[in-house]
This record gives sequence, C-alpha cells and structure tokens, in this order.
Amino acid sequence: MFMDWPLLSLVIWTPIFGGILVLATGNDKNAVEAKVLTLVVAISTFLLSLLLYTEFNTQLSSMQFVENISWIERFKINYHLGVDGISMPLILLTSFTTMLVVLAGWEVIKERVAQYMAAFLIMEGLMIGVFAALDAAVFYVFWEAMLIPMFIVIGIWGGPRRVYATIKFFLYTFFGSVFMLIALLYLAVQSDSFAILDFHAIELGLEVQILIFIAFLLAFAVKVPMFPVHTWLPDAHVEAPTGGSVILAAIMLKLGAYGFLRFSLPITPDASSTLDWLMISLSLIAVVYIGFVALVQQDMKKLIAYSSISHMGFVTLGFFIIFAIASKDADMSGAVMGIEGGIVQMISHGFISGAMFLCVGVMYDRMHSRQINDYGGVVNTMPIFAAFMVLFSMANAGLPGTSGFVGEFMVILSAFKANFWYAFLAALTLIVGAAYTLWMVKRVLFGEVANDKVAALKDANSREIFILSILAVAVLFFGLYPAPLLEVMEPSVNNLLQHVMQSKIN
Amino acid sequence: MSFEMPNIMPALPEVFVLTMACVILVVDLFLSKASRGATYMLSQATLILAVLITVATFTNTAVLSFSDTFIRDGIADVLKIAIYIATFMVFLYAKDYLKDRGLFKGEFYVLGLFAVLGMMILVSAHNFLTIYLGLELLSLSLYALVAMHRDSAQASEAAMKYFVLGAIASGMLLYGMSMIYGITGSLDLAMVSQQAANVSDKLILVFGIVFLLIGVAFKLGAVPFHMWVPDVYHGAPTAITLFIGSAPKLAAFAMLMRLLIDGLGSVIAQWQDILILLVLLSLAVGNIVAIAQVNIKRMLAYSTISHIGFLMLGVLTGTQAGVSASMFYTITYTLMSLGAFAMIILLSRKGFEAEKLDDFKGLNSRSPWHAFLMMIIMFSMAGVPPFLGFWAKMSVLREVIAVDMVWLAAASVVFSIIGAFYYLRVIKIMYFDKPENQQAITCSRDMSFMISINAVVILMIGLFPDSLLSLCLKVVSAS
Repeated sequence: MFMDWPLLSLVIWTPIFGGILVLATGNDKNAVEAKVLTLVVAISTFLLSLLLYTEFNTQLSSMQFVENISWIERFKINYHLGVDGISMPLILLTSFTTMLVVLAGWEVIKERVAQYMAAFLIMEGLMIGVFAALDAAVFYVFWEAMLIPMFIVIGIWGGPRRVYATIKFFLYTFFGSVFMLIALLYLAVQSDSFAILDFHAIELGLEVQILIFIAFLLAFAVKVPMFPVHTWLPDAHVEAPTGGSVILAAIMLKLGAYGFLRFSLPITPDASSTLDWLMISLSLIAVVYIGFVALVQQDMKKLIAYSSISHMGFVTLGFFIIFAIASKDADMSGAVMGIEGGIVQMISHGFISGAMFLCVGVMYDRMHSRQINDYGGVVNTMPIFAAFMVLFSMANAGLPGTSGFVGEFMVILSAFKANFWYAFLAALTLIVGAAYTLWMVKRVLFGEVANDKVAALKDANSREIFILSILAVAVLFFGLYPAPLLEVMEPSVNNLLQHVMQSKIN
Repeated sequence: MSFEMPNIMPALPEVFVLTMACVILVVDLFLSKASRGATYMLSQATLILAVLITVATFTNTAVLSFSDTFIRDGIADVLKIAIYIATFMVFLYAKDYLKDRGLFKGEFYVLGLFAVLGMMILVSAHNFLTIYLGLELLSLSLYALVAMHRDSAQASEAAMKYFVLGAIASGMLLYGMSMIYGITGSLDLAMVSQQAANVSDKLILVFGIVFLLIGVAFKLGAVPFHMWVPDVYHGAPTAITLFIGSAPKLAAFAMLMRLLIDGLGSVIAQWQDILILLVLLSLAVGNIVAIAQVNIKRMLAYSTISHIGFLMLGVLTGTQAGVSASMFYTITYTLMSLGAFAMIILLSRKGFEAEKLDDFKGLNSRSPWHAFLMMIIMFSMAGVPPFLGFWAKMSVLREVIAVDMVWLAAASVVFSIIGAFYYLRVIKIMYFDKPENQQAITCSRDMSFMISINAVVILMIGLFPDSLLSLCLKVVSAS
C-alpha cells in the first residue's frame, strides 16, 4: 500500500519542513517545545525511511520509488528521485543517526536550541536528498546546500577554534564541488539531459574521461576524505559539537564514497581502470600512514577523526581494486566482494564512528577536556559507560563479531585476489587500528584514577545508556548477521559491475 | 525634404517617464518641506505605472522607430520592467536614510527618474548615437546624485572621480564609434553588423572595437578600468550607492549586448579574446582584492567587479543561450545587490553609518530574521545552491561549456571559490561573533517588509528558477 506514496519526497521534505517549523518556535524560552518537536520529526522520518526498507524489492537492480517531475525545463532538469540497493541503506543510516544526534544534544545544548535542532533536521533532509537524487542538478543542489547547516553548526556551537575549522571545512568542500559542477555541466551539454542514468550511457574518449574522473575525484576525495586532501577533517571534527562530529563521520564522509559509486565508476569506467593505481595507492596511504598518524594523537576526537580517514581508505580500496581483480580472472565474485565490502564498511563505520564520537561526547560533557592525558581510570567511576566504550573500541579495531570486522575482512579477502601486497598492507590496519584504539582505551579507561575530576565522574545517565545501547545492538547485529544488508545491495552491485566492466571507448 | 512623423507608440514608456519626471520637477517646487512625501509618492506611482504600461504593451517582436534608431523588443521590455522595479526598491529603501541625513529632497527623485529614462533609452538603442545619448543621460544624472551630499568631502571627491573617469570613458567610446563608423559607413547597429563582416582590412575595425570595449569596460567597471568603482561605492551616500549598484547594471548589460551582439556580432572573433581577458582579470582582481577590505561597501564594490566578470562570460559566447544566461545573471545580480546594500542602510542610523564589516558582528543575536536574510543574500552571491545566485552562475557556465571553452569555465570557478571566502566571512561575523552593541534594529515597516520580500524572492526563484530562465531565453531568441 505504501508503494504509491512519494516516499522519497516525504523522507526528504518532512525533516526540512519540520526544521523550519522548529525554527519558528523562536528563542530559548521555548527550548523544550523545540526539542520535543525535533524528536517527533526525527522519529517520524526514521519510520518513513523504514518503509523504504520493507517495501524494497530485493530482486531488482533498477531504481525503485522513482519520482520524476519536470523542474527546470529550460535546462531539462527534472526533480528525479529513486533508490537502489546501494543508496537505500545509506538513507536509513542517515535517518537513524539523526535521531540519535537529536537525543545526544538533548541536555547538552543550552544556547539557541531551536536553531541547533533545526539545523540537524534540515541537514538530514538535504543528505537524504543527495542519496536519492537521480538528476545531476538535483544532486548538486542538495550536495552544496548541505554545507550550509553544517557550516553553521560548527561555527556556532563548536570549540575555541571553530571559525577556522568551519571556514576550512566549507572552502575545502566547495573547492572540490565546483570542479564536479563543471564536469556535470559538460556531461549535461554532451547528453542534452541532466539525468545521472543518461550520463552512465554517454560514450566518451579516454582523455575526456580522465579529466572528468579527476574533476569528480576532487569533489569526492575531499569529502571521503582521502590523503592528501584530508586535513580539514581533524580540524572540523575536533571543533564541532558532538552531534556535528557524529553526522560528519557517520554520514557526510559516506557521501564522497557514494559519489564514486554513482558517478566516477559508471560514468568514467575506462579512466577509473587506467587510474586505479592512483586510487589504490591513495587508499593504502590512508589505511597505513594515517593509521600511524592516529597512533600519536593526544586528543581523543582527533584520534577518532584520523581513524575515520584510515577506515574510509578501506572503502575506496574496495571500490577500486575491482579492475585489478577483473584483469586477473574472469570470475567476478572477488570484485563483487570488494564493492560490497566497501559498502558494508561505510554502513558499519557510520555506526562505530558515531558511537565513538558519542562516547567522547559523554566524557567531554563531564570533564570539558578531550585530552587523553586528562583521563585515566574512568572505568572505576563510570563502569557501565566503560563497557560500551570498550565494545565500540573493539569494533573500531575490527574485532570479529562486530560490524567493523565484516567490511574490512571482505575488502582484505578481495584484495588478495588482486595482489598480495595490497592485501598485506591493508591487513596491517588490523594491527595498527588495534594499537591506536586500544592504547587510547587503556590510557583513558583503565589504570589508577588519574585525578580528582575523574574521581568525581558520574556514570552515564539513562538517556546516554539508551543511545549507546541502540548503537551497540546495531554494531553487534550487523557483525553477526550482515545478510540482510548484503541481500539488499547484491543485484545493484552486480548491475554496477557489469556496467563498469564495459569499456565506453568505441 | 519631407518630414515624417515617427511612430512614437513603441516609445510610450519613455514618453511617460519623461513627462512624469518633468511634472514632478515642477510640482516639487511648490511643495513645502513637510509635504515632500508627495514627491516620493508621485515617483513611486510613476514607476508602478511604467511597469503597467510596459506590461500592457509588451511585445516580443522587434519594432523599430525614429528612423531605426530606437528598438523595442522583448529584451528591452523585460530589462525595462526590471529597471523600474529595481528603482522602485531603491526609492523605498532610501527614503528613511535620506530623511535622517537631510537629503530628502525632490532632486533625488527627479534625477533618479532621469537616470531611469537614460537607462531605458540605452536599453532600447539601435544606433550608436542612441547608445551615447542614453549613456550620457544616465551618467550625468548619476554624477549629480553622487554629489548630492554637498557638505560631505568624501561624496564630493567620489563625484569628481566618477565624473572625470566617466568623461574619459565616454570619450573613448565615442572615438571607437567614430572609427567603426568610418570603416562601415553606418551608425545603425544592424547595418554595422552587416558591413563589418565584409570589411577586408580589419585593422581599423579592431582599433575601433578596442576603444569601444575600453569605454564599455569603464562603464561596467571591468578590470583594468575598475578604479573608480570602489571609490565611488565607498564615497557616495549608501542610498546612492544602492542605486548605482543596482538598476544601471541592467542598462550596462544592455549596452554590452547591443554593441557586441547586435552591432558587432558578425565579427565575434575580433572581440571575443579581449572580452576573455577582461573577464579573467575582473574575476581575479575583484575576488582577491575583496578579501582585504574591511569596509563592507568597498567589499561589495569589488564583489560587483567580479560579478561583472561573470556577466560578460555569457555575452562572450556570442550565442543566444549565452546572452540569455547573462541577462538572467544581471537580473539576479541586481536583486542581490539591492538586498545587500539595503541591509547596510538597515543597520545605519542617524549619525551612524554601518559601513564597517564589524558593524555586522553578532547580528544573529540582535535580530535573527535580518541575519537570516543577509545570510541568504551572501550565500546567493557566493553561488551556493539552492539560492538564485547559483542558477545564474550555473547557466552562464553551462553556455561557456557549450561553446567548448571548458578551461574558461574552470578558471572562473576557481576565482569563485576565492570569492566564497569573503561572503562566508560576512556570515561568520553575523553568526559566530559576539555583538559589539546591543542596540535594537529599528526601521520603518515598509522597509522591513520590502527587504524580507527581496531575500525571500532570492530563495524562491532559487527553488523555482524555470520561469525567469525561460523568459530570458524566449526574449533573447525572438530578437
């Protein structure tokens, strides 16, 4: 019965209009109303997005829930939405995370509450719009518009260097995106359409493909972020309020990786194949080098930020080893596993990094410090909280049984099919990742109670326990039973691979 | 010699505005200081009626009159309507500002209406002489307006600079016109276009074009002929800057289009490269120098220079789609510029000019609604979707890419990234900094209402830009 609803539009516009409504509650005198309204909107959006999952036909590889209305006739731009098995789980992740972020900011945000809550709701709608867009102009509008609320969130509620961090964040992303705009306009002029699926079908020469690939790479690499354009991320993460960090890590980074799947690979398959050495090297540098950088961080948020970059390296590695696998053997199962592993890693990293930032947020709210040195022996005063944090840290390190393991394992396995050394270097992360995460846990949670402040800590309250346990369930569930996720994406990934393996040069 | 009465019907709006300007000039003489509001009301009524007359007689097929020196077509009508509306908004925004500073005089409105008449003639020009006539009527009115604040040394200096440089530019323009007249034997734009294509020795033609372009670049404020822009924007009273920065840009676009596309469209190869150079320099200097400004009027002046660069980008493609994209850009820019200067007026009070960037500090905590409006305008100027400015940039870039100049499009977006920084800084100042004074923002209700409409329109057309985009294309392709 829900199939004929414009579900995607509902999921996009409910939070945006909800956000405007929340803004209308005005100043901090109505803070409670604003918060309750936000929560109601966030939960209803999540429930609506759940319908996307239940009504989704896992047999189809084509786009589902398609909406297509003419928007700007002058340029043949359509309001064209639709999801496949790749984008649908990411939409769910977005609405799920936003719900938790709203809860996480419940008591912490005391100034301009309505503006804070509204920013997150509007951001949610815009991010879902990016995942659901099938028209390049619609995609670009959502992609850029999303920067505005994040810019404001970091700038108003952030830490001491927030202005520097937020302007750096905005300009870095803007820098990457405008080149994508040029590439999209070029493709639009060539195909006389703005539909992404039409772009997939254009035949392009290798040189043109390489230029377009680089333009896309600038946009997506900044967002993922890949070495060497990753430097905005630690700054933005450290200065952002907890909610901002969670959204950044759990969803915004995924947008870049999603872009590779939706644009770079299918539109410029030959350029991707020609330049896959570059992508693989950058991914491995992220995995190994950034892993070591994470090891020496003193600031917990910075450490998790670097760990995010390292984990996102797995995602891009999984996406771009497919050409090396295909050249070695005709069996595509290894390539399928690479891409699927990358997507599983995206989802899983959404849960784990979000949870890690929330954990740091819980401690920061009490101690107002993120320095590892200021902590020690937290387990003595916050035992319940410590249990959660250990679980998420293990997941971050890729412990089997947690979702962190599944994606990394799949990518490493398929990397073996491509080249032993790719797999070897990627597998190093299991050691480095364990080292930086567990070393941080050891210094923060265990040992003697470091100082009076730690001794005075109160354990997580029921709201915090509630948020963390939902995430814990998700991490364990997808770690033990990733089948539902794989099932949903399987046909779409196969379809994508078939398309990517066909040369566009005639 | 027979004398034929020209058909004045196509020029009905011009005749109406001229008549009303004269009427207002006389009426104002008999008004006491207390009833000066009548002059204001009359001027606004004139503009509204002009909109109605133009809409009622709207025609999308070109009609020539006055021995082919005057053209009325869809482009002219749309631009004229935009000019009336922009001027209407200027008069509305300026009213309180002028009252507070003792500048609320009839001259402002009379000169303003004569400037509008000049713009209308410029927009409808189909002959070198008509272009010059319109341009001078516009420019002389503007010089006088800048100098209106007699006691202000700053304003007098700005007026002097504006006049001297403007006169040089007019000279250049005339010189270029005379050369082209010499080689083509005609002043009529259509004839010039026909003849120019047949000129075998291009040297004199190119000389003529260069001088013509220098003149136009001076008037537009394109680099390297931009030096007057920041000084005049800064020196003139904000209400006058508001005027200079809005409606005349529409006329300047029309002049560029009439001269280059109607008049010299057949020899595009001779001027395209010059225009590319002007575009790149304007984008570079405008965006980079704007970063160093602490005075928001100067910052917006440099931002204008960079927008002029983008505006020329569409014209240099020489295609109809390109010209229509530029036209859209100009209308868009006018709207944003009106909003931005209106915000400066809004923050100013009697005896206090909100000219420094720091005067915007903490606007979000003083007045969230006005900060929000300014944020829309700034993001729109930076070209961030979903605001109107994005579609303007996008359509221009699309047409540049459509004529295979991808490198030029790439170069322009690099500069717009630099530009994004100083627009973001304004937002940063409003939202992230603590306010320096907590004085409540007071303004009359009509001003507050208009500025809200102004910004909301930027957002709404940004969400649904199709009708305006299609309208621009329709009128350009009909000509």
